[in-house]
Amino acid sequence: MNMIVCVKQVIDPEAPPSSFRVDEAGKKVVPPAGVPPVISPFDENAVEAALRIKDVQGGKITVISMGVNLLREVVKKPLSMGADELVLLEDEAFAGGDSWSNARALALAIKKIGVYDLIFCGRQAADWDEGQVGSGIAEMLGLPGVTLARKIDVSDGKARVEQVTADGYEVVEVSLPALITVSNELGEARYPTIKGIMAAKKIEPIVWKPADIGLEPEQAGAAGRKIILQKLYQPVHEGKCEIIEGESPEEAGAKLALKLREAKLL
Amino acid sequence: MAEYSGVMVHAEAEEGKLAAIATELLGCGRRLADDLGEELSAVIVGSGVSNLAAEAFASGADKVYLVDDALLQDYQTDTHVPAVEKVVRQAMPRILLLGQTSIGRDLAPRLAFRLETTATMDCIELDIDPGSKRLRRTKPVYGGNARAVFTSELDPQIATVRTKAMTPLAPDTSRKGEVVNVAAGLDSSKVRTRVLEKVKQEVEGISLEAANVVISGGRGMGGAEGFKQLEELAKMLKGAMGASRPPCDNGWVPDVLQVGLTGKIVAPDLYIAVALSGSSQHMAGCSGCKNIVAINKDPEANIFREARFGVVGDWKKVLPAFSAKVKELLAG
Ligand SMILES: Cc1cc2nc3c(=O)[nH]c(=O)nc-3n(C[C@H](O)[C@H](O)[C@H](O)COP(=O)(O)OP(=O)(O)OC[C@H]3O[C@@H](n4cnc5c(N)ncnc54)[C@H](O)[C@@H]3O)c2cc1C
Repeated sequence: MNMIVCVKQVIDPEAPPSSFRVDEAGKKVVPPAGVPPVISPFDENAVEAALRIKDVQGGKITVISMGVNLLREVVKKPLSMGADELVLLEDEAFAGGDSWSNARALALAIKKIGVYDLIFCGRQAADWDEGQVGSGIAEMLGLPGVTLARKIDVSDGKARVEQVTADGYEVVEVSLPALITVSNELGEARYPTIKGIMAAKKIEPIVWKPADIGLEPEQAGAAGRKIILQKLYQPVHEGKCEIIEGESPEEAGAKLALKLREAKLL
Repeated sequence: MAEYSGVMVHAEAEEGKLAAIATELLGCGRRLADDLGEELSAVIVGSGVSNLAAEAFASGADKVYLVDDALLQDYQTDTHVPAVEKVVRQAMPRILLLGQTSIGRDLAPRLAFRLETTATMDCIELDIDPGSKRLRRTKPVYGGNARAVFTSELDPQIATVRTKAMTPLAPDTSRKGEVVNVAAGLDSSKVRTRVLEKVKQEVEGISLEAANVVISGGRGMGGAEGFKQLEELAKMLKGAMGASRPPCDNGWVPDVLQVGLTGKIVAPDLYIAVALSGSSQHMAGCSGCKNIVAINKDPEANIFREARFGVVGDWKKVLPAFSAKVKELLAG
């Protein structure tokens, strides 16, 4: 089983909202000081999905990450979890892309890797929250796909995928090769083991530039965008909270009920 | 060559009726179409869906494209994308709106890439730029910490819209329109997926999305046990119980109770948040509620920036007293 997982390095989405800053003129988010970037959490679920298949039937997992200033300790995490190979699309030219330029570059990199049965992406990246790149890669490679997976079983050249729906899930069978986007319902990603961390240290990432995957400079990153970002801003918080106090927590609780009655909310 | 014109809504059906999101999209689509001075159409794709056209007209559509085919019974990428693609190529709408639902999340990006255009997902505001006449798409990004406004020069301009972000029109059953039947023309040998089973995770009582009162618990509830108290309170208030993500991930409550960016969007009159920190991704699911009440032991928790009323304290002490008083007030 040859598997490819696409992972993105992002600003830690769990950083406290109060530390969040936007540079409106530059239409950019200012990374919070002292908070290291992480792999987008759903992409970690995607790595976990591939590892669970490898646990059962063996196989090879190649991880691809694209961007600039990719911190090795961040993008190597999937290797320390048990993935086998890391391809980095690392170049200034890849920066500032949209769903189109990102899907195009990743699809070309996957074509260059050549052999694959399953491609995994997270359901959406924690920065732009679009959830389009997985579907875009599938379209460009002509692959079937299942989005929002919570469980995947592979046998006889097919994958049985549990797909999250609003009121439960559907079991969908898809022929391979296929592209699957993974949701957190799959379950938490495993922690790297000491052995895994040691093994990851020895793996040198393969670095590709746009020319290595046959990507024209005008199609890469910001130059290849089809969507125009007009404005980026932080919504204002006008709310002010009335804290209900009491001699004891119990009294505060009771007073809260009275307050809600007074406000005609009960 | 024909030009792109008008606004089209992909209207999902649910239990033999138009889904709530479909009427919300038609309400929004009507406004955009009127701004442009153009037509509003709906595309309805499924099996046995012909009777839904009247509802779409009543909700604001001028024209309905129906693709009714047994192969379209269940949503599948390989059947629904070609069906909608065919209608879009025929009708050439300037704007195509879909719901940010499990179907819209799958369909919109596929369509955008196939039609070589752009989609913006999970929009909460849409309007026509007065100068360029292009669609301005406002969407929360970075989990709701920021908002982005996008435009595109490419047609059709595709956007998915968050549930409950738009207001439906009051239904007007006297409104009529034109029905256009489009043959799906599907080749079943090209369908690479098969739906084997549909599993519903039933939750008792009022549905989370319809409830006027929602009581949600977070990681600080510490386990399934604590949620029993929230469930009782929800029953007492004739509301529904929800949760932040960790209780779902930990199996304390069913996944379908998750409120937030990647869970349910709720808009009750009263939202009581117990032992959850109020992450931006969680608040994305309840920010339409004006009356958020927080119980949290950490005075610095973000939820207090969002709440109208709050108690700083351990829920194990605050909640039983709160519930007892609520019971007393409701009885008296
Ligand atoms: C792309 C993306 C999408 C996401 N989508 C969602 C989503 O849809 N919904 C969602 O909820 N999350 C979502 N998340 C996760 C989100 O970022 C947070 O991790 C999550 O919401 C935190 O849940 P919490 O507030 O319950 O936990 P925590 O942040 O750990 O907060 C627990 C709170 O409980 C309080 N507490 C603890 N013990 C007690 C006590 N005894 N009494 C009173 N208070 C107590 C603490 O003070 C703390 O404030 C998403 C994340 C990403 C990256």
